[in-house]
Amino acid sequence: MIKTMNNNIEHNNKILIKAAQLSKKFDHFTAVDSIDFEIFSGECFGFLGPNGAGKSSTMRMIYCFSDPSSGSLHVLKGETQKYPREIKAELGVVPQEDNLDPDLSVKQNLLLYATYFDIEKKTAKKKTEELLEFFELQEKQNAKIQTLSGGMRRRLLIARALINQPKVLILDEPTTGLDPQARHNIWHRLRQLISQGVTMVLTTHYMEEAELLCDRLIIMDHGKVLARGKPKDLILEHVGHEVLEMRGTAQLLEDYKTKFNKLQKKYSKNGSEIEIEIIGDTLFAKLKGNKINLLQEHPEIQQNSFQLRPAGLEDVFLHLTGRDLRD
Amino acid sequence: MLSYRIFKVWRRDMIVWQKYLAASLVTHFGEPLIYLVAMGFGLGRYIEGMGEISYVAFIAPAIVITSMMNGSSFEATFSSYTRLETQKTFHGIAMTPVSMEEVVGVEILWATTKSLITSCVIFIVLAFFGLLNSWTILLMPILMTVTGLLFSSIGMLMTSFARNYDFFSYYFTLFISPMFVFSGTFFPLDKLPTWAKYLAQVLPLTHAVRVARNLFAGQLLWQDLLATLLMLMTAIVISLIAIKRIVRRILV
Ligand SMILES: Nc1ncnc2c1ncn2[C@@H]1O[C@H](COP(=O)(O)OP(=O)(O)OP(=O)(O)O)[C@@H](O)[C@H]1O
Ligand SMILES: [Mg+2]
Repeated sequence: MIKTMNNNIEHNNKILIKAAQLSKKFDHFTAVDSIDFEIFSGECFGFLGPNGAGKSSTMRMIYCFSDPSSGSLHVLKGETQKYPREIKAELGVVPQEDNLDPDLSVKQNLLLYATYFDIEKKTAKKKTEELLEFFELQEKQNAKIQTLSGGMRRRLLIARALINQPKVLILDEPTTGLDPQARHNIWHRLRQLISQGVTMVLTTHYMEEAELLCDRLIIMDHGKVLARGKPKDLILEHVGHEVLEMRGTAQLLEDYKTKFNKLQKKYSKNGSEIEIEIIGDTLFAKLKGNKINLLQEHPEIQQNSFQLRPAGLEDVFLHLTGRDLRD
Repeated sequence: MLSYRIFKVWRRDMIVWQKYLAASLVTHFGEPLIYLVAMGFGLGRYIEGMGEISYVAFIAPAIVITSMMNGSSFEATFSSYTRLETQKTFHGIAMTPVSMEEVVGVEILWATTKSLITSCVIFIVLAFFGLLNSWTILLMPILMTVTGLLFSSIGMLMTSFARNYDFFSYYFTLFISPMFVFSGTFFPLDKLPTWAKYLAQVLPLTHAVRVARNLFAGQLLWQDLLATLLMLMTAIVISLIAIKRIVRRILV
């Protein structure tokens, strides 16, 4: 139900964040290179990209920690350079680097943060109780920050970002470094927030996270936008609906490549496409266009331990950003 | 640039400190007491020629002022640097409507507040030894506040340059410690060679100690008022530079 509601977001909702030819330069290094995007009220908008792609630099500009070097960035009330106070009053920020106040207890972290937003004491108390419950932190409310697990810290960091009932919640890698349990727990909470209508801006390295949470996303690298759209559309456009994967010797893979190329001719008549890519010791056959039952129609292929799986965002990501290491 | 929001952050510092208040006050009781007993009554017995006042009465005002210097210098360097780099508390608070300028500004005010509270403890010790004899001593908190602001702002300026904690040990060894001894704190400046006398005039602590000594002696001098105002202005200018430097360091 949520998804169908969000499909019409572009048409029904207003723009909360708009960037036009937005750039960020550090000395002579360009971290964000003339990017454009619009984020609508009620959607979850994702930024994907390898290390150093410029995601955090973009987030920092949105929450007024960094002035654009050129281009414009409009967040809620206006340009970030002109209205930082007003903008920050309506944002909730979960930074990549944890900056909880280690001199305070869990509960004090929320209560005192509320005072920075001029939230009156009674409201702050109520909101704090609510958030402690929502993020399952009541038992730890008097604990020191240093005694919390990674997952709890992150939950508290998100709770703190919600203390002012922000119009937009910015999450810079909210689940990096967490175990699967903690990660699923946070996804669950974020989905609840999305269904409550909270607008989110999210950066992540986890494709599963992006597919699960984002209505629309952009994939960026070296400061530039490589692709944008809904996760499903991006997958269909750049990869297809299914991927056949096989590992083997270079010779074996080459043989199969020739085999697939022959099949390709046959299938292209009914609007299907097989795209072959060999990377390292793996062959990928991306099945695009109309669905084909490759394995059933060609039992000889199945014998050779191919793995057939649905295409995912990770395929799109690797296809666009390549497989070179970034550090 | 600065708004009422600085008091919200100041309050945060106060709440954090409350937990350590008792321990903090006890330690601050100890140090001046040691100086007073060891130097004033111990060493002081062998010292003559201070004029009409005893040696312990000579160093008492200096102990209050140097306590301000040490307290605010320490807080604005080691402690502020921890909140800036290690704990990222500055970043956390500045993600709210509080501006980064305010966050850094509060550091200077807080360092002053904290050392003012702890240094006032010394007066209890001084009263016990019968060293508070004129009403002008009531003006000491004003002078102490100005001294605190001056050294907090210099400390904050050092923090803006620091890349690690070692940097501060240079600052303390090369600047704070020599000043502690050569500002007319433990011996009068008039016996020093001429060049040293001039050098001492450049050190901010010299003036603070001189004004304090006059207040303890019941003297209100217009040039002391001027000196205090000058210190305050210097503190404001250095604060503005330090704030600007740190904000530019974080908000890149
Ligand atoms: N203050 C700075 N000075 C100089 N270069 C910087 C600064 N901040 C970031 N960069 C550089 O800008 C580039 C983009 O950094 P950014 O943090 O935006 O990447 P990211 O996409 O968030 O990466 P990650 O996934 O690792 O968090 C990097 O190459 C980084 O080294
Ligand atoms: Mg990042």
